Amino acid sequence: MKKTTPAADFARGLWRENPVLIQMLGLCPTLAVTNTVANSIAMSLATLFVLVASSFLVSSVKRLVPNQVRISTYVLIIATFVTIADLSLEALVPTIHKALGAFVPLIVVNCIILGRQEAFASRNPVGRSVLDALGMGIGFTLTLLLMGGIREVLGNGSLLGFRLFGPRYEPWIIMILPPGGFLTLGFILLTYAWWRGRAAAAARTRELAARTRAPAAAAARAKAVS
Amino acid sequence: MSPGSVHGPGAPAPPDEPRTPAWRLLATLGSGGALAGLLLVVVYQLTLPRIEAHKAEALQQAIEEVLHDPARFDTLYLNAGQLTRELPAGADPRALERVYLGYDDAETPVGFAITAAEPGFQDVIRLIFGFDPKTGALLGMKVLETKETPGLGDKIEKDSAFVSQFTGVAAPLQGVKKGAGKGKPGEVDLITGATISSRTVVRAINRALERWRPALAAYRERRP
Repeated sequence: MKKTTPAADFARGLWRENPVLIQMLGLCPTLAVTNTVANSIAMSLATLFVLVASSFLVSSVKRLVPNQVRISTYVLIIATFVTIADLSLEALVPTIHKALGAFVPLIVVNCIILGRQEAFASRNPVGRSVLDALGMGIGFTLTLLLMGGIREVLGNGSLLGFRLFGPRYEPWIIMILPPGGFLTLGFILLTYAWWRGRAAAAARTRELAARTRAPAAAAARAKAVS
Repeated sequence: MSPGSVHGPGAPAPPDEPRTPAWRLLATLGSGGALAGLLLVVVYQLTLPRIEAHKAEALQQAIEEVLHDPARFDTLYLNAGQLTRELPAGADPRALERVYLGYDDAETPVGFAITAAEPGFQDVIRLIFGFDPKTGALLGMKVLETKETPGLGDKIEKDSAFVSQFTGVAAPLQGVKKGAGKGKPGEVDLITGATISSRTVVRAINRALERWRPALAAYRERRP
């Protein structure tokens, strides 16, 4: 049984079970909308809102929903929140809504959201579900920012719209096209796997060293006592 | 991947209750759907006035932009092939097609603002453009609504090099690959990576002009 402190609920999604890098969920928006940093920010904030609101509601009504229709109910809840977010954005901040355009309705089919409802919110108390949703949403945000940053810098020579290089920089158009998304995600996952492999090897070495040292230390202690 | 890492800590899923009556499933989904529908209707009604106000404001700004800040502009309705300033009796203003005629400070007409729509790469692209029938040239173009691919197709509204080409270009337009133009009037450089979207803009303007030209010409002749 893992520990279940609030901090652990929150931190799980950030790194150890990052929704994109570890669970491999939500790859469609990760690949599709990360061609600029601004798009990444808007997409991940909208997703975060829907994720937290849905987790809260699903966790609140989990006792009322029969098991057989739970998925349909979750989808209904998620779609309702997405539509509310879409309409509110259009009424309150029309310029941002215009920039988001096609992305907002796409949040309905983001499997991170449905995945967290099914895996966590439907079987845990409300507070823990909201913390979990916040962690997962922020983990998603961080990954999208990383993707968007790499792709915008290489593919457009800018970051958040500010030009980084001189006029002679030839942008790698491919990086803001769909193949660039796959390439970037591939390299990020490769780096991540390499890093994890190294960390695991280092942990093994430490463990082995500790094991070989332990008897020697015990013997030394015994000698000192006698 | 072990199920534990996805599901997180917590109680296992409750076992299926084999004897949940069908009416309960129906009632859950039905009431859930009804509640969601009700909520959406409320939110829609609450947001609709502001959304429409934003749209009207955006349209007015777009008209002023493509006609280069006219002193004022009139709305002309198309009724039975004729442009009229006054609404025909009993006609619903929302059902009639319209163009906007701008005037400069000396009350001389500067040109028409015409809306056009064509299916693009993702969804219908709606735009508005200014047209001066005296010179047969465009005055400007602005995209009103687009769901084109962010970063590529949306350059039809964000790439100022593309948008500025529509100021002063002679109609009918012809889209050419960037750098492949022969210097003829009416040539518009398409956007690399957004060929379909930028071609759609050109086609929308050409089609709209073709459709409106008789009515615009007729209107001009009847002016004193």
